[in-house]
Amino acid sequence: MATTHSRTLAQIMLFPSVVLLLAWMIVPLCMTLYFSFLDYNLLSPGTEEFIGFLNYEFFLTDPAFFASFFNTLLLVGGVLLITICGGIGLAILLDQAIWGRNYVRIMVLAPFFVMPTVSALVWKNMLMNPVNGLFAHFATLIGVDPVDFFAQVPLLSIIIIVSWQWLPFAALILLTAIQSLDREQLEAADLDGAGPFSKFFYIVLPHLSRAVTAVILIETIFLLSIFAEILVTTSGGPGYESTNITYLIYTQSLLQFDVGGGSAGGIIAVIIANIVAIFLMRLIGKNLEG
Amino acid sequence: MSAALSTSTALFMASAVNAETITIATVNNGDMITMKELSSDFEAKHPDIDLKWVTLEENILRQRVTTDVATKGGQYDVMTIGTYEVPIWGKQGWLTELDGLGPNYDEEDLLPAIRSGLSLNNKLYAAPFYGESSMVMYRKDLLEKAGLEMPTKPSWKFIRQAAKAMTDGDSGVYGICLRGKAGWGENTALITAMSNSFGARWFDENWKPQFNTQEWKDTLQYYVDVMEESGPPGASSNGFNENLALFQTGKCGMWIDATVAGAFVTNKKDSEVADKVGFAMAPDMDLGKRGNWLWAWTLAVPSSSKKADAAQKFISWATSKDYSALVAKEKGWAAVPPGTRTSLYENPNYMEAAPFAEITLASIESVDPKNPTVKPVPYVGVQFVAIPEFQGIGTAVGQQFSAALAGKMTVDQALANAQRLVERAMRKARYPK
Repeated sequence: MATTHSRTLAQIMLFPSVVLLLAWMIVPLCMTLYFSFLDYNLLSPGTEEFIGFLNYEFFLTDPAFFASFFNTLLLVGGVLLITICGGIGLAILLDQAIWGRNYVRIMVLAPFFVMPTVSALVWKNMLMNPVNGLFAHFATLIGVDPVDFFAQVPLLSIIIIVSWQWLPFAALILLTAIQSLDREQLEAADLDGAGPFSKFFYIVLPHLSRAVTAVILIETIFLLSIFAEILVTTSGGPGYESTNITYLIYTQSLLQFDVGGGSAGGIIAVIIANIVAIFLMRLIGKNLEG
Repeated sequence: MSAALSTSTALFMASAVNAETITIATVNNGDMITMKELSSDFEAKHPDIDLKWVTLEENILRQRVTTDVATKGGQYDVMTIGTYEVPIWGKQGWLTELDGLGPNYDEEDLLPAIRSGLSLNNKLYAAPFYGESSMVMYRKDLLEKAGLEMPTKPSWKFIRQAAKAMTDGDSGVYGICLRGKAGWGENTALITAMSNSFGARWFDENWKPQFNTQEWKDTLQYYVDVMEESGPPGASSNGFNENLALFQTGKCGMWIDATVAGAFVTNKKDSEVADKVGFAMAPDMDLGKRGNWLWAWTLAVPSSSKKADAAQKFISWATSKDYSALVAKEKGWAAVPPGTRTSLYENPNYMEAAPFAEITLASIESVDPKNPTVKPVPYVGVQFVAIPEFQGIGTAVGQQFSAALAGKMTVDQALANAQRLVERAMRKARYPK
């Protein structure tokens, strides 16, 4: 039982870390905000001047902005759909008592431990390459024209690569949830003569809803800022077909060295991320309450 | 005995204490890797200087050194930069004038085209490590099989005809490989150099973008058509390295790219087609300009470096005639960094070992960065426009070109987008300045 004294002591002791954490977040954010109102290009030093909302105007009216905004939503939505559906399927499979189950689980989890750049390189050069890739080889074997993934379906290709990486994460969380399911409920359903589909839709799926919510929230945070996979495979192209907001900000800041424009983009990305977060919390966050 | 030992220990300690460490940022190209390998020679000659290497991929290197030099970070003492950066950075006061290269350096021996691109007011601000233009590399056996003969100075019309004739989809041989990967140093470099020979230009004399002209339409249409007819699948993701791999494994009939690749495609260790490669000048349209570029990877000292003297000693070693001789001794004459010194092209050993040498020299000498196109332009640069904004707009335009190549938009759409985005960027940068 905490006394008033111990509570005050705890607050005093926590104070430095809270201040440090706040400063750590607020200082860069304030600097970004300040730079976003300047005409500031690293390559033209000494010409910085206050230009009001011009950086925001240019960023928001850029044809690449709309494309990248929709691509960001598609990317997040696509990966979530694949990882949640696939994750549930995999979790159910991994829950079965099969021989060598532990080894299978480790194999399934392996992609999560591969660095994004490495997995993107492997997919680009060894699997999806239209001349030397494995998929092209199979296509040629069955007499079909190989698909040129990164030119014909660039965004879908990135969704596939990212899903491959995040599927184990979803599967792991969902498997843990399935294992926490009370087996007696399933046995009772068996006695009542429920089929596998009824058991899945009326018992397993409702039980998984909190885990699914957690997966959606955690994945969304990371998926909004997908970068390495795009840089390695398509560099946002062809055109703007696989540019997301993060990549667009990167091109402004580090390819054009336009610190002002990049900062404005950064602030806009923060606003968009917050809108998405509020929307998600309202829509599905209530699952986590209680 | 013990006195001698303690004296030598003291000397060693003194030299260890006095040793200056210089940090060299360089790109992971083959010639630079060789430089790193052979740098023990430099350290043996200069025991008072230690070398620390930072070797990076081209794009990452560019980001790191640009950020470092622009923020006066002082992280690097020697930077590997290109002919695009040198005049811009020199004018900003970001580079140290190279006046400590030593009496034996022989600055006059540097090729005039390269030297002038690296000088401001006749003073050298970067020393060329290797220089390059672009040329046609082709498979002699395939062309002969197709019943054609490559002229030394081919036209774009001939290239299209030859590419078609050499293409054999069933056996996985594609007539022509060209850069398609978006980037100002990738597809934009190739297509801009191409456009010069088609009579197109980036800007008119008033800095107005020119992508809405017929000349640009002809250039991009030709590029898309020839790649569609005779290019490999997935060309919109192919850059220099991807095309090099395709050519070395016998999948390309022709490849128009950097002259420095001459050494790689004729190297028996890496290239399956080493003894079947021929070389020709970059093509033209009979308008007086050929579609070849001019580039040099150079070594420079940022003004933020506090070890400029030691850095210049290193640069002098790495870009001297003695270094060329060292590479020749260790790796053979064909591996010597090309395109920087007249004396190399007067050396019979080199000329014999490098079948691409003559075309390389002729290509480099044929380019005038101050008059790169048929019509007059307000900028300097052959395959780039030497303004700070070009890195951004060059890559953005390259994205549009790669979308046209991938069939995601028409040539007209790509050019209209390019026109609009360059106009926007120039308005934001307040041109003309």
